[in-house]
Amino acid sequence: MGISLSSFEYDSVEYVSGPLLFVEGGDRFPAGSLVEITDKKGGVRLGQTLEVSRDKAVIQVLEGTSGLGTTGTTVRLESDIIKANVSRDMIGRVFDGLSRPIDGKPDVIAEARLPVAGFPINPISRSRPDEFIQTGISAIDCFNTLVRGQKLPVFSEAGLPSAELVISILNNSTVADDSKFLVIFAALGITRREQSIYQKNLVTGDRNLIAFLNLANDPVIERLLTPRFALTVAEYFAFELDYQVLVIMNDMTNYCTALREVSAAREEVPGRRGYPGYMYTDLSSLYERAGMLKGSEGSITQLLVLTVPDGDITHPIPDLTGYITEGQIVLANHLHKKGVFPPIDVLPSLSRLMNNGIGLGKTREDHRELANQLYACYAKGIDVRKLITIVGEDAISETDSLYLEFANRFEKELINQGGDAREINQTLDIGWDLLKDFPKEQLTRIDKDTLLRYYSVILEDGSISSI
Amino acid sequence: MNPGSIYKISGALVLAHGLKEAVLNEMVEIGELKIPGEIIRIDRDTCYIQSYEETAGLLVGESVVLKGEPLSVVLGPGLLGTIFDGIQRPLNKLKELSGDFIKRGCIVEPLDMEKKWNFNPVKQPGDVVKEGDIIGIVKEGAYFEHRIMVPIGISGTIEEIQKGDFSLKETVARLTGGIDLTMTWTAAVKTPIPCVEKLDPDNPFLTGQRVLDFLFPLATGGSAMIPGGFGTGKTVLEQSIAKYSLADVIIYVGCGERGNEMTDLLEEFSELKDPRTGNPLMDRTVLIANTSNMPVAAREASIYTGVTIAEYFRQMGYDTALIADSTTRWAEALREISGRLEELPGEEGFPTYLSSRITSFYERSGYIRCFSSEERFGSLTIIGAVSPAGGDFSEPVTSETLKVTGTFWGLEKELAYRRHYPAINWNTSYSLYSQLLDGWYKKKYGIEFINLRKWAINILFSDGQLQQIVQLVGPDSLQDDDRLILETANLIKESFLQQSAFDESDAYCTLIRQYIMMSAIKKFFETANKIVKEKKSFSEVSDLKERKLILELKEHSDDEILEKFDLNLDKDED
Repeated sequence: MGISLSSFEYDSVEYVSGPLLFVEGGDRFPAGSLVEITDKKGGVRLGQTLEVSRDKAVIQVLEGTSGLGTTGTTVRLESDIIKANVSRDMIGRVFDGLSRPIDGKPDVIAEARLPVAGFPINPISRSRPDEFIQTGISAIDCFNTLVRGQKLPVFSEAGLPSAELVISILNNSTVADDSKFLVIFAALGITRREQSIYQKNLVTGDRNLIAFLNLANDPVIERLLTPRFALTVAEYFAFELDYQVLVIMNDMTNYCTALREVSAAREEVPGRRGYPGYMYTDLSSLYERAGMLKGSEGSITQLLVLTVPDGDITHPIPDLTGYITEGQIVLANHLHKKGVFPPIDVLPSLSRLMNNGIGLGKTREDHRELANQLYACYAKGIDVRKLITIVGEDAISETDSLYLEFANRFEKELINQGGDAREINQTLDIGWDLLKDFPKEQLTRIDKDTLLRYYSVILEDGSISSI
Repeated sequence: MNPGSIYKISGALVLAHGLKEAVLNEMVEIGELKIPGEIIRIDRDTCYIQSYEETAGLLVGESVVLKGEPLSVVLGPGLLGTIFDGIQRPLNKLKELSGDFIKRGCIVEPLDMEKKWNFNPVKQPGDVVKEGDIIGIVKEGAYFEHRIMVPIGISGTIEEIQKGDFSLKETVARLTGGIDLTMTWTAAVKTPIPCVEKLDPDNPFLTGQRVLDFLFPLATGGSAMIPGGFGTGKTVLEQSIAKYSLADVIIYVGCGERGNEMTDLLEEFSELKDPRTGNPLMDRTVLIANTSNMPVAAREASIYTGVTIAEYFRQMGYDTALIADSTTRWAEALREISGRLEELPGEEGFPTYLSSRITSFYERSGYIRCFSSEERFGSLTIIGAVSPAGGDFSEPVTSETLKVTGTFWGLEKELAYRRHYPAINWNTSYSLYSQLLDGWYKKKYGIEFINLRKWAINILFSDGQLQQIVQLVGPDSLQDDDRLILETANLIKESFLQQSAFDESDAYCTLIRQYIMMSAIKKFFETANKIVKEKKSFSEVSDLKERKLILELKEHSDDEILEKFDLNLDKDED
């Protein structure tokens, strides 16, 4: 039992396995504290206490346990609670998953030290997010409108261009004032290839950017803290300095896997598919840090990318995420195969805050109705597409083939836009153009007055006529 | 009493030694921060405590102090219009103390103890009062009568009774034997406030939602569940019910859900007026917000806090409704704590007592005879949302809830994908109260109403079967009368079942209007059926003027519909 007199230091390691290390008699460590672990050769790594008691402390080693043993390893208390250094000077810098600079420049001088776990926002302090963000992507702007302060995940699959989509959103989003706009990028176990796509595209222009990188070959457990560092910095910029902060986290699936790894090592009772029962709570402690506060100019908007394992949307990771976030953008393989970019499937996609951010004065008065109508027609078209795989193309009615044709054009002309950005008006006009193939009576989701105003055709002689 | 000391900290679970006089479910204060916690297991000298706040930073050896009472709520004037967290701390007071973010160890009074309320006695000195008797009235908000009652377990003769402005700390009446009564009650949340007896619920709980009231009615004092995967519109539906249902008091518990949703609710409720009384909705509402990032144990408590407040208003003789979104998050909180206790898990890691906890929660609903000398009835209707993991209705929380609730309003992803809202599947949903309620409907609208419902359910059911054939062979191969059924079912779906929560005129629909609308659709069916039978042709049906009218049904007033369809209904006041 060795407690050194100078500080709380123990050399009584009694168990090492997976991400965990048990210290006998670690009762001087506060719960959730940050500890420094020194191995036989003098190498230093960080850890966090998960459980403390009279007899022992359970420590989650952030940088892997390889090389640690029961003798020669010392554990020392670093700080009571894990805190992040935050500073205006962080803009333009690149950090590792534990917020240490890796761009060869010196450490930033902290303006404040804030606990990375954060505190829950008092619900009555939140203000309702209702400011439209134009992303330039029709499938998002028209059907799944993003608003400031929202948290929206992109459900991707292996082999789909999620990074390209995120970059396209970033590059085309119009923001009133660039100087108060900040992108915080948290890489969670992404590959070198994805990283280089982001790197190439994020640093262009004079966008404010802060990056936290935990790449695929970086320590797995570190990933559990990376988003917390990123969000703590985000909160500082948003709520203390009035920045509009966009936090991109890619890929949340890797985060959840790390969570499962620790849970399994602690021999906890697993929930669905081996993921811990508290995963919902854990994820919400990240996602719920998006939002806006009353009386504050700043906001935190989150764009999360997660790879849906095997495209199964009922898998716990997308499922629990979907229950917390305010909608989801779903990428589909079948669209990608057809060469549609972005390959967004609007049917399962949703933005819950859309209604707050659209309509007269924000986008256009016909937005809601038009989106509903396009959506309903597309859904019907997809039904017909399924039907003809059974009965064949000849067996469907004339009306049905109208919907089928519509669905094809919808994907080709509205969803597909390549790398170009579209104004919201442009998107809506394309929508009206697609609806012209339908007789008026079929358009039941649109109000009579709106129809009268927008549903018109240009006759051969050039005049405009409402039908 | 000597404080105990922390022995072990693991997530939300704290173990303490040395609390000799502790009893189960007693509240404690943990450490220097005075974090509230509840004792959930006692093993010889070790107390297992679930912490109602984050435990990070606590040290082994810090003190733990017994509070001497179980988790309780304070009940009295000032509840309405307030938004609380899971352990009844008013969020605006928390904001005053700790700013926009909730810090730990904030101790605040649940109700404002300084504010003066005008107490109007209804009893006189010399009157004999029993438990539950009303001794006075306090006007809360513009119209609400807060009935001040003798607490359960107390009776006697009034020696002295006050009139005028008093705070909640002050005595308003004194009974023989020196019993002083204030305007508040204190009640432990995990024990139901008792009633004399539970009666059969035979009044409908009208929500203003067509698909619910007309097809799958809930009874006042009954219980309903709304299961649905994410994005099926659970929350929107629950909020609509909270806004438009015919209840005197609504308790809305946001249990482990999004912070922005509570903000939305709060803002809307302050702006919106009760469609019947014209008063702000917030005046009849108590909100309990324990969002998903707030501590787990308090999430578990929030449901109990809500239901106890609701029972208190029921005891006054009011029709109350508790709306909980979502009970799955509550069950998950149970699971999380059970996991930390290293209890033997049941299905999917949920504790084996999940079933009994769910049952005892829903069974706190009911239409009751209140404790009181004069006859008084009240009701508590519970509507719980369930968020099945992966949309799988066979998971434990959904299947256990199914066993105890009387109404099942099943939300379906397929419908939501079609933007058919409320996305309630008419083929799987049911109401076990239909028969009990038939008497009420019969009295009000005659047997025709019940027949009309049967007709509508029948059409929708036949449609479901025909759709399977259509899937295989296409619609053209159907008989004309079958095609008419498809067409009619389609009209029911488009113009009756779909209802927009965001359209001011459509968000709320009276029962009489529902009756008229469905009668119009039936009239169309009868007219069209005649044509099909006589002319053996279907093409004329789609050109019928009635068909067009039905598509625009939502835009016409009741009288216009009655006139255009030449309907003759017993129009009773709604």
